[in-house]
Amino acid sequence: MENPHKSLKAKWEENRRPGYYQEYENHWGMVIDLDRCTGCGACVTACQAENNLPIVGEENFREGREMKWLRIERYWEGEYPDVKLRFIPMLCQHCDQAPCETVCPVYATYHNQDGLNIQTYNRCIGTRSCAVYCPYEVRYFNWETHVWDEPLEQQLNPDVTVREKGVMEKCTFCVQRIRKVKDRARDEDNRPLLDGEVQPACVQSCPTEALTFGDFNDPESAVSKKKHNDRAYKVLEDLNTSPSIVYLSRVEPEDESHG
Amino acid sequence: MAEAGKSLAYHARHEKSWVTATAEQDNPPTFAEVNEDVVRSIVETGPGYWWILGVTVVLTFLCFFVPWFYQLEVGLQASGMNHPVVWGTYLANFIFFIGLSHSGTLLSAVLHITNSSWRKAIYRSAEAMTLFSLMTAAMFVMVHVGRVWFVHWSTPYPNQMGLWPNFRSPLMFDVMAITTYLTASWVFIYMGSIPDFAAVRDRTSGWRKKFFTIWAMGWRGTHREWHHLSQAYTFFAVFVIPLAVSVHSIVSWDFAMSIVPGLHQTIFAPYFVCGAIYSGTAGIVTLMWVLRRAFKNFDRYILPIHFDNLGKLLLVLSLIWTYINICEIFTGWYSGSSGEMEMLKFRMFGFYAPLYWEMIAFCAFLPLLLISKKIRRNLTAMLWISIAINIGMLTERFIIVATSLPRQYLPDAWGFYFPSTVEFLITFGSFGIFLTLFLLFVKFVPSISIYEVKETLPEPRPKGEN
Repeated sequence: MENPHKSLKAKWEENRRPGYYQEYENHWGMVIDLDRCTGCGACVTACQAENNLPIVGEENFREGREMKWLRIERYWEGEYPDVKLRFIPMLCQHCDQAPCETVCPVYATYHNQDGLNIQTYNRCIGTRSCAVYCPYEVRYFNWETHVWDEPLEQQLNPDVTVREKGVMEKCTFCVQRIRKVKDRARDEDNRPLLDGEVQPACVQSCPTEALTFGDFNDPESAVSKKKHNDRAYKVLEDLNTSPSIVYLSRVEPEDESHG
Repeated sequence: MAEAGKSLAYHARHEKSWVTATAEQDNPPTFAEVNEDVVRSIVETGPGYWWILGVTVVLTFLCFFVPWFYQLEVGLQASGMNHPVVWGTYLANFIFFIGLSHSGTLLSAVLHITNSSWRKAIYRSAEAMTLFSLMTAAMFVMVHVGRVWFVHWSTPYPNQMGLWPNFRSPLMFDVMAITTYLTASWVFIYMGSIPDFAAVRDRTSGWRKKFFTIWAMGWRGTHREWHHLSQAYTFFAVFVIPLAVSVHSIVSWDFAMSIVPGLHQTIFAPYFVCGAIYSGTAGIVTLMWVLRRAFKNFDRYILPIHFDNLGKLLLVLSLIWTYINICEIFTGWYSGSSGEMEMLKFRMFGFYAPLYWEMIAFCAFLPLLLISKKIRRNLTAMLWISIAINIGMLTERFIIVATSLPRQYLPDAWGFYFPSTVEFLITFGSFGIFLTLFLLFVKFVPSISIYEVKETLPEPRPKGEN
């Protein structure tokens, strides 16, 4: 017998169909511990190298057209000399209720069976509406066809498409690595994935292990355990986008308040 | 439909209309003069026309197509757009032209259904304006998207990829709504023109005769034909009205369905519909003024009463527009959300504040002058007010895009947008597209409805009997 007093939110969660799939094989997500993050930017560099992100040059940078799937946002607090700098790594939140997915007229962006928010470059026609709809501003548009000067094109990652002008792109949680690991697991008698077997470039490169990547579907995974931390929050949660990235807030030594 | 079964002429003769403006002149044109005046506007082409057409075509090519091809070559970096302002002037212009398209067919249909006979002299060119501004708006979709060579993917057609467009997307609704409206407007204007094509066919020779013979589709003016025409015409008039309202609602959803402060407004659908009719009506006033000037004897058909009536409509629309604007700001402020407040602050007092207050001055305050009948009947004043309103409405579309997107939730991602030279040129050139199409229209289609104007005139009598 169905409980007639079920909350609207519960009913909604019961009936919603994320993407094409009724349930995910995996629900990839990330936990970012801001108490550990030093803002060194290793993740930004790793992402750049792994995903063939172009260096746009000085002029385009000034115009605000840089490509950074992962960026460290900086916020200054207070007046000089009593200034505090706060920072937070910001990347695609792979929302379960992603505003960008509903608006794309050609299904270039959608949720796949891994719980990932996928961007299909071949299908994108460049309306840029997804970037407008995204409240996290983590979608980047190719304002031109980027070229790599010799011999830099030699270091492009062969597993990742090089995008042409007019196409939207964003963090994929290094989908090429997820694919590779899943394929290998299938070849080895279809064994289940091990926790920590998949590591996106940013997670792999983080010197303080502030970033943890894993499967939220697996209750024993590191991310599932960490997300129950008292410090856990999601960015702009009140917009109801259900992000897949959990932040653990910084603990302030002086006033003990949550950042 | 029994009512509609009777001919249009029957309605015109029996309606208790308070005005049959054309007939009330001291010396109303006779039936023959109507034919002559309208046919003359088609066949007599002076050097002035060729000069204007030539200059327009050249400017359109230089200012629209050349910059666009350049942009296709180098990518959208030719525009001033950036992160996070990924929508810019192109989208603002798209919405402006969709808005401009709104009054023609809609007004014509509404006035037809309400039996307002003063519509008859102006509706043909107003409907043409609808058609051409829709086409110009469609061009802006092409200019706006990143990969125009794949833009057909946003239409539902069976394809080898086995993929359909995303029917949840407001952009998808847009494609559907605009193509439907374009088709319906085209059928509406064409159907209403058939008897006129026949009239011109019978009075021209050479290639024009061949051309109009095809377009008249063998119209002979039998009772049966008039009967069918009036039925079909009334049907389409009723059909087009909800369509027109839906189109701009859907265009507004491109914005309103997002969660961007400044775009995420439930009031956007009525706001845009009202704004669209507002800017479209102002467009018709400008157009009437030009037509009246451009063609000999057209001042016998397009009369001060037309300006007067449209002036009243503009006054009402401006009041509604102002009201909705106040609602929008009030609800934004009342929400107290920091995102909304930042956006409002930026919009009203930021870099684009002069544009914002210009919009308020042109669209909210200036049209209040229309409360005076003297001004409504003063054609020069009407021309300038109508142009000012459209400048204000173009600004409004720009303001919505350019002041909402730079102020979103994460302050680190705040930005700024200023259009590039390419964007300015393309905006300028797009008016050339509109003008070129219109210049061709007046030479290929009777720009005043011959048969409907005749319906408002006194019936011809033998000489000396009057």
